[in-house]
Amino acid sequence: MSAAAPALGDMLGTRWRRPPMIQRVWLRYALLVGLAAYLVAAIASVEVDWGRVYQGLDRGAAFVMAFAQPDFVSRADAIWAGMVESIVITVASSVVGILISIPIALGAARNIAPVPVYMICRGIIAVSRALQEIIVAILLVAIFGFGPLAGFLTLSFATIGFLSKLLAEDIESMDRSQAEAVRATGARWSQWIDYGVKPQVIPRLIGLSMYRIDINFRESAILGLVGAGGIGATLNTAFDRYEYDTAAAILIIIIGIVMALEYLSGVIRARVQ
Amino acid sequence: MPVLETANGAEWRLRNQREALTRWAAWLVGVVIFLWCWARISDATTWFFVWDAPRIAGDILDRATPPRWSYMDNLWLPIWDTLNIATLGTIGALILAVPVAFLAARNTTPSALFVRPIALLIIVSTRSINSLIWALLLIAIIGPGVFAGIIAIAIRSIGFCAKLLYEAIEEIDQTQVEAITATGASRWQVMVYGIVPQIMPAFAGISVFRWDINIRESTVLGLVGAGGIGLQLQASLNTLAWPQVSLILLVILAAVVLSEWVSAKVRGAII
Repeated sequence: MSAAAPALGDMLGTRWRRPPMIQRVWLRYALLVGLAAYLVAAIASVEVDWGRVYQGLDRGAAFVMAFAQPDFVSRADAIWAGMVESIVITVASSVVGILISIPIALGAARNIAPVPVYMICRGIIAVSRALQEIIVAILLVAIFGFGPLAGFLTLSFATIGFLSKLLAEDIESMDRSQAEAVRATGARWSQWIDYGVKPQVIPRLIGLSMYRIDINFRESAILGLVGAGGIGATLNTAFDRYEYDTAAAILIIIIGIVMALEYLSGVIRARVQ
Repeated sequence: MPVLETANGAEWRLRNQREALTRWAAWLVGVVIFLWCWARISDATTWFFVWDAPRIAGDILDRATPPRWSYMDNLWLPIWDTLNIATLGTIGALILAVPVAFLAARNTTPSALFVRPIALLIIVSTRSINSLIWALLLIAIIGPGVFAGIIAIAIRSIGFCAKLLYEAIEEIDQTQVEAITATGASRWQVMVYGIVPQIMPAFAGISVFRWDINIRESTVLGLVGAGGIGLQLQASLNTLAWPQVSLILLVILAAVVLSEWVSAKVRGAII
């Protein structure tokens, strides 16, 4: 209760009002005015061709209808090949990404690594997190040529930034006494990591890995848009030809696989934690 | 405790023999799957290009430096568009996500049997499809431009915002809700005075967090024609204007770092 609160006697008989979320009056109104000004400027600068939107409504309706009767059959070969390629990219890049990110995570944990190693590993993580998958994919396609190799490298690179950062945070917040007890037995460095650190972080590592596999699959679905392999190319073609029933079939498969992965990762995480 | 009997006496082991064998088999299967995947990728790759990659990478780097700073004049408008796509998209997503979250949370849903699964399906399906795919779809429907980008970002963000929000709703302190109910408040009054004040900090945090992610995503939406700085990136890539590409990438990098900083500051102030 602030010092300016009126005495109980004054408040009796008056209507109660909710306290505002932002206490400072000038800040509240400045934020409101600023927001309103921005919204006006932003909406004014967005050009919407309502005639085009109106024309498109038929196609929108056609697409929604396509979800009711997706066509899995007429492009079954292309869908199958694209899906297999997406899954292959997901598996390979997850495995390689996770394997590389474990040593980097150890290096990026302040309580394990010396300062120079720590700085290098944190630098790698920062670079990997700042660059988006699709931009990395464009550059790698330009360098390595079209095909799943570029997609595989992109997702491996992206996995490193994600997994190393979260794993390093987990290592930093581990229980020191357990690790110290192992060290006190005269364990080598590798034994210390294996018996003192690993058991503490393995549940989190498994949970994060499952989550990352899920993300990698979703991302692998768009890599094809820039020529890095996977189902994205098939999907793009389907949109270009206005074959909404095929596009709907692909989207339904993607949603189904993502749901299955999410369910699986939920089960696995519940078991290890 | 698993122990191995050897000639020199008992030796301690981490696992007994059966566990060790199962683990070994599981690892073997895993390695085989990985190698099969790798073989498929390898088959689909033209290795000649890969061996040539260092030279090409050096060549691109050579052409891309120094960035063409004068091109910056053409970028201010796309940057403004990108900001609008992210911000208006986030606002749209929040407007749509709030009702979905209330329908999906166990303690506020009108029907756990019929309405909740539909709300959860909306959350999963909007979340599992990337904003680029939403943008492709919307461009086919309503034509290219900033508007398609805004809608794509909005749809894509519904799932994320609604999921975090409904988890926050499920974790509220039930006693406050009970206290409001005990005064004889209606269902709506309970919501406004009992639930909303409790989830307001979470709501603000989620909005800023998603806005940060949306800035990232809206920078590349232009690649498929949905407006923003990605359009310039695509145009420069198509004409192999590498000095422009490197400038645009620097701008995108700056935008991402800046938005992350803003979001961290704001979330720090809220929580």
